[in-house]
Amino acid sequence: MKILSLIMIVLGMAVSGSSIAQDQEEFNSGGLETIRGATNIDETRKAEALKRVHKDRNPIARNYVHQPPVVPHQTRGYRVDKNSNKCLTCHGWKYAAETGATKVSLTHFETRDGKVLSDVSPRRYFCSQCHVTQADARPLVENTFKPVDSLMNND
Amino acid sequence: MTQETKMKRIWHYLKSPSSAGLWLILALGFTGGVIFWGGFNTALEVTNTEEFCIGCHEMEDNVYEEYKETIHYSNRSGVRATCPDCHVPKKWTHKIVRKIAASKEVWGMLTGLIDTREKFQNHRRELAEREWKRMKDNDSEECRNCHNFEYMDFSEQGNRSVKMHSNALASGEKTCIDCHKGIAHELPDMKGIENW
Repeated sequence: MKILSLIMIVLGMAVSGSSIAQDQEEFNSGGLETIRGATNIDETRKAEALKRVHKDRNPIARNYVHQPPVVPHQTRGYRVDKNSNKCLTCHGWKYAAETGATKVSLTHFETRDGKVLSDVSPRRYFCSQCHVTQADARPLVENTFKPVDSLMNND
Repeated sequence: MTQETKMKRIWHYLKSPSSAGLWLILALGFTGGVIFWGGFNTALEVTNTEEFCIGCHEMEDNVYEEYKETIHYSNRSGVRATCPDCHVPKKWTHKIVRKIAASKEVWGMLTGLIDTREKFQNHRRELAEREWKRMKDNDSEECRNCHNFEYMDFSEQGNRSVKMHSNALASGEKTCIDCHKGIAHELPDMKGIENW
């Protein structure tokens, strides 16, 4: 009797095991491959290693008119909040000449109604919303984008 | 026995103590001194550890949490600066002066001056200003205990760092804390602070 129940349990486990294996096959990627590579839907791929941010470089040319210039230096620990704005301690008009940083564009002093304020407008205060640091990374896909003629001789 | 002879005898006794007694007093004084001084310094060292500093929730929940995000807590080489490295001078006399001044913090703790996050935020400016002033007055000595200007290799620094360090810092016109505020903790409202 004991042996019989043992056999039943083993058989039961084998059957349920094979059905799980069948379920897994249904979760496959269907041969689809994204930029992140082929992964089954029920699997989590190992994340790519973090890219290193450029320590300090010269300004990087714009690609199109009105592009927010990207940040060519590290910004770890630079706080931009109600109490302080680390970016403006160099890029603000008051200090730009002394520090050699690019001055904040005067467009940043305007409200959305076009009124000019005496300092950076609250809607333009959070620098990293538009200006992003650059990491040492290759483009994921080939990109044939070319800047407009008027910006071509920037670099 | 007259009063005078009594006094003379006592005086004589005091002037010529037995050598055994003398040694005993010396030995007691010496061991007592060693125990006291050792104990004092050990206690002083205990109060000079990060563990002790964050023993109070005021420190652990506010400044310590903020500091954990910064480069002095976590970085590529694993070298850390703990609370006393920046906030307590290394030289003995300065350390004692700082320790005595810090007894005010115990009073603040007992009276609950900053026992909530909100209260702490309200006092942040004055607390920060006190520490900035201390570092300005001693030429950022605690920074310089590790970051020695003499051994800075400008070729290893970023362009921005070279520019600032070779002008303002080299000439002694500015000291570390003048520019490097809020590197280990969040900043208070910086309205009216020079260069902000």
